[in-house]
Amino acid sequence: MTADVAMHMSDGLLNTTTSLLFAAVAVIGIAVAAARARDDLDDRTAPMAGLVAAFVFATQMLNFPVLPGVSGHLLGGALAAILVGPWVGALCVSIVLVVQALVFADGGVTALGANVTNMAIIGTAVGFAVATVLKRFTRTKPGLAAVAFTAAFVNTVVASLGFVLEFALGGDPAFGLGGVTATIVGVHCLIGIGEGVITALTVVAIAAVRPDLVHLLRGARRPLDVREESPA
Amino acid sequence: MSTKTRRNTGFLLGFLLVALVLAGAVSYFADSNPDGLDHATLAGCQVVEDGHGGETLQGTCIAQNAKDHHLAGSPLADYVVNGGEGTTGLAGVIGVAVTVVVAGGLFWLLRRRPTK
Repeated sequence: MTADVAMHMSDGLLNTTTSLLFAAVAVIGIAVAAARARDDLDDRTAPMAGLVAAFVFATQMLNFPVLPGVSGHLLGGALAAILVGPWVGALCVSIVLVVQALVFADGGVTALGANVTNMAIIGTAVGFAVATVLKRFTRTKPGLAAVAFTAAFVNTVVASLGFVLEFALGGDPAFGLGGVTATIVGVHCLIGIGEGVITALTVVAIAAVRPDLVHLLRGARRPLDVREESPA
Repeated sequence: MSTKTRRNTGFLLGFLLVALVLAGAVSYFADSNPDGLDHATLAGCQVVEDGHGGETLQGTCIAQNAKDHHLAGSPLADYVVNGGEGTTGLAGVIGVAVTVVVAGGLFWLLRRRPTK
C-alpha cells in the first residue's frame, strides 16, 4: 500500500456490500444528474463545463499543507455547482474521479462509488444548496467571495461525513468510529478553508470577466456589479 | 467569426491555459504529505522505509486494510509517466487533456440544440 500520491479512498477500506451499495448510489446519482444536466447545457455552456472538469482535475493535484505532515486538496463540488449548476457540476466531479481512478490509479476501482458519492454527489449538492440559500449576497464582489467560500467550506466538511457514514456501515469494526470521525472532520474543517479560498478566488475571477458563465448568477434581478468600472 | 464568439473562445482558451499551468507546473509545488483522508486512515501507524525504496506501516491503523490499486501498473499511475521521476507535470497535462476531451465531448453530446 502506498500513501504518497493517492488522494482518494483506496480499495479494501469498505467491505464489498458497502462498496456495492455506494456504487449503486453513485450510478443512480449520475443518471439523475445526466438527465437533468441537459437543461443547463447549450453551445455556450457545454465547452465551459468541459473546462470546469479539467480545472477541477488540475486543482485536485495541488495538495496544500493543513497541519504538519498532513495535506489537503480541493474536492470541487461547490466550485463546479456555482459555475455550471448542480447537475452538470456533479457530472464534472464524477468524470474527474473516474479519470483519476482509471488512468492515474488514484482512488480504488471498487471504492469509486463511495468516492463519487462523497465528492461528486454529496459535495456538489451541499455546496449548491448553501450557495443558493446565500444567493442574495452575491451582488457585490466581497459578497460573492464570501458565498463561494462558505459553500466550499461546508461542501468539504459534509463530504468528509460521507466517508464517516460509509465507514460506519462497512468499515473495519476493530476501529472505533469516534476517533476516525473526530480526526477526519477536524482535518476537513482545515481543508475546507483552503477549498473555500480556492473556490472564492476562482469564482470571483470568472465572474469579473464573464458573469454570464457563472450559473449561480443567472436570473439575478440586476447584473452583478463585480466590475470595478461598470456604471452605477 | 463574430466578436462575441471570438470573446468566448478567448475566455475558454485562457481557462484551459490556467488549468494546464496548474497541472503542468504548479503541481511540482504540491504538498506530498498524506491528505486528510489518508491521515485519518493512517492514525495509529508509523510509515517506515523498508530499505528497498518502499514503505511499510508499523502499528495498527485502518490503512493497513487498503489494497493495492487494480491499475497500479498503468503508465500514468500515481501521476507520473511510466514511473519516471519529475514527470508529474507531463502527467498533469495529459490528465487535463483527457478530462477536457471526455467531459467536453460528453457535455457537447448532451447539450440542448436549438430547434429549427
